Amino acid sequence: MTEITLSHYLTVAALLFSLGVFGIFVNRKNVIVILMSIELMLLAVNINFVAFSIYLGDLTGQVFALLVLTVAACEAAIGLAILVSFERNRGSIAVEDINVMKG
Amino acid sequence: MSKVTLSDLLPLLPEIILIIGAILILMYGVFSSREKARLNEIAMGFSLALILLIFSMTILSWSSGSIESELFDGAFVLDMFSSFVKCLILFSSFFCLLMSVDLFKSEELSNFEYPVLILFSTAGMMMVVSSGNFISLYMGMEIQSLSLYILASIQRESLRSTEAGLKYFVLGALASGMSLYGISLIYGFTGSTNFSAISRLASEFHAPDEASLGLVFGLIFLLAGLAFKISAAPFHMWTPDVYMGAPTPVTFLFATASKITSIAVLIRLTMSVFPVMILQWQQILIFLSLCSMILGSFSAIGQNNIKRLVAYSSIGHAGFILLGLSAGSQAGLIGVLVYMSIYTFMALGIFSCILAMRRGGEAVESINTLSGIAKHEPMFAFLFATLLFSLAGIPPLLGFFAKFYVLLAAVGSHLYGLALVAVLSSVVSAFYYLRIVKIMYFDEANQESFDPISSIIHVILLISGGISLFGFAFPRPFMYIVKTVVLSFL
Repeated sequence: MTEITLSHYLTVAALLFSLGVFGIFVNRKNVIVILMSIELMLLAVNINFVAFSIYLGDLTGQVFALLVLTVAACEAAIGLAILVSFERNRGSIAVEDINVMKG
Repeated sequence: MSKVTLSDLLPLLPEIILIIGAILILMYGVFSSREKARLNEIAMGFSLALILLIFSMTILSWSSGSIESELFDGAFVLDMFSSFVKCLILFSSFFCLLMSVDLFKSEELSNFEYPVLILFSTAGMMMVVSSGNFISLYMGMEIQSLSLYILASIQRESLRSTEAGLKYFVLGALASGMSLYGISLIYGFTGSTNFSAISRLASEFHAPDEASLGLVFGLIFLLAGLAFKISAAPFHMWTPDVYMGAPTPVTFLFATASKITSIAVLIRLTMSVFPVMILQWQQILIFLSLCSMILGSFSAIGQNNIKRLVAYSSIGHAGFILLGLSAGSQAGLIGVLVYMSIYTFMALGIFSCILAMRRGGEAVESINTLSGIAKHEPMFAFLFATLLFSLAGIPPLLGFFAKFYVLLAAVGSHLYGLALVAVLSSVVSAFYYLRIVKIMYFDEANQESFDPISSIIHVILLISGGISLFGFAFPRPFMYIVKTVVLSFL
């Protein structure tokens, strides 16, 4: 059996993080998906923090992870609120409809 | 860990008062039964007074010499550098509030929360500037940007404003995610989130390339996230849309206070936390600076909307600031601080000019509406032209000196190619600034004049234009302050 080491955790986190970034840029459909991608990025960072924290034997990383969780909740709340007010004005939340300003 | 007494918290007093005051104003708005207009007046008045109070406290703590202290194991650092930057931030948020007084009375922007959110974001910026730990840095960043996302979309009924808010939110969240990923890597490969501990560890590298790959990657992610916030190319794509859609006073806040905050973080990271890794971060900053200067000067040429034009010009100015920073020297730091201060003054004038552009009760933003305005409004046209000349960097106006110090530092650090690009892009950008002057003075006046300019905007315009015109005559005290700050920082 191979042991799960720090580098495995870091790889998973890096994969999740890049998945989040691609979700923001590649996604052409729905703004909700973008919000989910943002959450994914923050959670990938949390995996990093906790893994490093265990590896270093230092609690700071876990404290940081808890703070990141609260910030992620705030960010989701504000993002959804902005999305709702946008939807009221535009009548759509498709990514291709966010195009009033161009130039 | 040592015991903390109440008097140890004294350096934190301005932030504490600011946050408590903002919460009190918010609570008053929630529970008071007064009519809306009166309530808004009270909120605005108290917010202005609060910022003035904090500003004077920051100045006082500076002059009383009780500066240079650390709190909470170095998570909060108060030094001359942070006080200087805080003064700039408070200055711009004060004038942001003052600019919005008239808008706030009208229906366009009458949410009670507006001044409160500005106070919260200011508090966040102050926390960021004096953070000495990645945790407090990140939390401060988020307080600042979460308030700014709402401020961008504060006109709930307007499609443009909510779209700007949405775009700013998505790209801002991406940026903070990237910096957070960078922070996690830096934490993992140094074992600490504390700036002084990290810099102690980094200073033990014998050669610059001894830094581990993970640390370098972390630094790159962190710098990329910060580059988003200062809208440096190639991370600028949100800037024109957000500047255009957000209410003009809020745009002023984006262009000055929010940028100044991120630049202050950049300065702290590069000059005091990772001075050893100059080879790594210098290349990144040079690249960012090069892209921003070129893009800022060329993309603005075709713009017809004044707010988009200012957005592109602010990208160019971010490039100049990064040029000073990438010099990585004392002269570079002096140049950056001078540039930030002067840019704040100039942006103040430019944005109040944009606010003054109203016809029939509606804001107009097309550059063509300025045609021949010099005949109707000679004073406005003169001040606007002065500010534009100053932004273009034409001596003896103040904008010239900003560029001069930065270029001097770049040449001093042997960045000749970059300095050459800076000069050339400054020439190109002069074209679009002067085009506005030409439209104002030499084009046919085909439209009626603007609505009467409110007295507040007039006073702000006079202050900003006056400083840009005559500022060069009194450089001594200002340069003295900047030099003391830089000497105490390095």
